[in-house]
Amino acid sequence: MKSAVIVFPGSNCDRDMAVALREVTGRAPAMVWHRETVLPDVDVIALPGGFSYGDYLRTGAISAQSPIMAAVKRAAEQGRFVLGVCNGFQVLTETGLLPGALMRNAGLDFVCRDVPLTVENTQTAFTSAYKAGETIHIPVAHHDGNYFADTDTLDRIEGEGRVVFRYAEDVNGAQRRIAGIVNETGNVLGMMPHPERAIEVAQGGTDGRRLFEGLVRAFVDA
Amino acid sequence: MKAKVYVTLKNGVLDPQGKAICHALESLGFDEAQDVRQGKFIELELADGTSEARIEEMCRKLLANTVIENYRIEIA
Repeated sequence: MKSAVIVFPGSNCDRDMAVALREVTGRAPAMVWHRETVLPDVDVIALPGGFSYGDYLRTGAISAQSPIMAAVKRAAEQGRFVLGVCNGFQVLTETGLLPGALMRNAGLDFVCRDVPLTVENTQTAFTSAYKAGETIHIPVAHHDGNYFADTDTLDRIEGEGRVVFRYAEDVNGAQRRIAGIVNETGNVLGMMPHPERAIEVAQGGTDGRRLFEGLVRAFVDA
Repeated sequence: MKAKVYVTLKNGVLDPQGKAICHALESLGFDEAQDVRQGKFIELELADGTSEARIEEMCRKLLANTVIENYRIEIA
């Protein structure tokens, strides 16, 4: 499984993401600067966390217009896997690859701690290594993770099983405690918690590792 | 030419920052403050003759996120 990590000015989880991908897939990902217009030939594209463009205008809004995002959009439409974590999730909603928007946390605080998540759908490549209904612990670190979408959109994505991770407790005011969603075809995942920060015991937990293992398995099985 | 763009949250979208501002006004003794909604004001310096349709396009593509925000354009 070959992967790439997109690097925006202000990304700060790009190296953690690279380490996680290298550890689990056995191959170092390509690091792709956002000014590039062409993606290397990869199976998985990761949009990392951070504060791209200093969160100017809206989180993810400027990065969503970066030259590389046109290529990421095409790759997503072709069925390549795209994983957006934290700021990466915000970029995915701003590009329209995922529905909804991420707003300022309801409590206004920056929330930085391990949170319990319920795995709601294990039928995606990203979640296939988890057990349905399982509670996992993954760190969050964000100021704007309060998921918002109109009621029709919420009902639709819930009905289609596209809410894959849900906070087991209120973390940021997100509607229906949504922590992570996939697109209609299940190959694009956006989530606020950081699985790349929970891949080895030294990090305090390993529940994030199985997300990457699930992806690898999708390619072994294919 | 100049254009002003006002970006505001849609009705029904919770505005925690507006709420915090409202509480701060109350604690300063401004009991009149009943609700506060915070938005953005963007001033654009544009080539003369830029059409309103072009400015609309700027709003839809970048300046506002129409999932959560409305925008209003004033051409000076």
